[in-house]
Parts: sequence; structure tokens; C-alpha cells
Amino acid sequence: MKAHIDTSELGQSRWYEHLVRFAFGGTVTALAGVIAKRYGPEVGGLFLAFPAIFPAAATLIAKHEEKKEGRENTRAVRATVAAGLDAIGAAFGAVGLVIFAIVVWQGLPSYSMGTVLPSAMLAWAVTSVLCWQLWEMLRARARDKRSHDSKSKQVAPVHIDQPTNRRMR
Amino acid sequence: MSDILLRVVVGGLTVSAFALFGDLLRPKSFAGLLSAAPSVAIATLILSLMKEGSQYARIEARSMILGAVAFICYGTVVSQFLIRRKYAVIPVTSVAMVVWLAGAFGLWFAMVRIAG
Repeated sequence: MKAHIDTSELGQSRWYEHLVRFAFGGTVTALAGVIAKRYGPEVGGLFLAFPAIFPAAATLIAKHEEKKEGRENTRAVRATVAAGLDAIGAAFGAVGLVIFAIVVWQGLPSYSMGTVLPSAMLAWAVTSVLCWQLWEMLRARARDKRSHDSKSKQVAPVHIDQPTNRRMR
Repeated sequence: MSDILLRVVVGGLTVSAFALFGDLLRPKSFAGLLSAAPSVAIATLILSLMKEGSQYARIEARSMILGAVAFICYGTVVSQFLIRRKYAVIPVTSVAMVVWLAGAFGLWFAMVRIAG
């Protein structure tokens, strides 16, 4: 499936869901600063890649999927799978985070913040999207192979000369 | 106190902006990339650069590499439990934090040991 922007579900999120994300994001940023101040930037830096926002995000995704049409158990499974797919995307995004961090680590202090941070953001975006594309490509190939295998099994060979009726043997 | 408040506001706005953009993206797996966007990192690094200087921010970024590797493990574990086992979202995503903590601090201790 090709990546695209879909604005149809833009109004689906409620105001308190935006507030939850704001609160989580703000809390984690403040916490990272407090930990760095108390234990030093080496420990504080770990929390720059802390997945604190992910549980809230995944829960919201599952909640939105559950509201869609369908039987209750189907909706529940769909909600869990949707959150799981989000987690796969997050894993690829985290690969991009590694590259982001490397660019910042190597870029500073030789280059200014205005150069390093946008470059790091671009590196994150390119790496994450490439990882995702590769995964989609491998998935599509696996799907095609499964489809081809099941089609070839359905077509059973017919031998006209062999009698199928026992009496005829 | 004002420093903490500034971090809350800047961090909250950055995360909200990335999350809002993520809501627009399809399919879900692609939108998930934004769940690991460097929103907290950008907010924290900008504030660190302004207050503590580039060397401080550089050290934070170096440690961030280890945290990000732990995040990859976290995302992989969560996706497997949600897609294959169909466990509930909140317990899986919360309990799997242990994976991130073990991974991040395990790698950090290993790095400290190697560095001597």
C-alpha cells in the first residue's frame, strides 16, 4: 500500500486526546531535563528516545478503530492489529532516531544548531521512510509468493488415461 | 521552575505537532514512523544548546543513540505481542517499557565499561 495523506479522519480526535498528547510530550521533555540535571547528560540523553508517548498514541489508535463499524470481536482484533502496525512503524522510526542522534553527535560543535538539527531531521525522515519502504516491498513479495503457491495447489493435475472408478480398474 | 515550565510547553507543542501530522498519514504502519519522531529530542536539544552549550547537547545525543536502539527493541516486542498474540494495547505497551529500560541502561552500562 502506498503512503498517502488522508484528511477524512482529521476531526476524529477529541480535544482531550490532543491535551493528553501535549501533557505526555511536555512531561517527558521536562523529565529528560530534570534527569540530565540530576544525573548528567549521559543518563539524561537516554530519555531523548524514551517511548513515553507511544502507549497513549497506540491506545488512541485502538480506540478510533473500535468505533468503526463491524462486530465487537472483529473491531477489537482490528484495533489491536492497528496498534501493532503503529508499533512496527515506530520501530522503523527508531532506526531513524539512531541516525538523527549520530548526525547531532557528530555535527556539534563544528556546525551550528541551525544546520545540525534540520540535517538530523532530514536524516531521520529519509532513514525511517526507506526502512518502511523496504519492509513493504518484502511484505508484498511474501504476499505474492503465498498467493502464487495457493493458486498452483488449487489446480490439481488431471490424468485422462487413469480410471477414476474402481469398477473400471 | 520556569525552566521546567518552558520544557513542558516546548515539548508539548512539538509532540502535539508531530502527532497531528501522524493522524493524517496512511497506512497505519507509515503513520507509526511519527510515533518515533524526534519531537522530545528536538525540544530538549534546543533548550540544552541554548542553556548548557553544544558539548552538553553532544553528550545527550550520544546517549540518545543507545536509547533509540532500545526503542527499536521496544517497538518490535510490542508489535509482535499485539499482532500475533492479540493482547490488549495498554498492558502490552506499558509492560514493554521494561524492555526499553533494560535495553537502554544495559547498553549504557556496557558503554561505560568499554570506555573504562
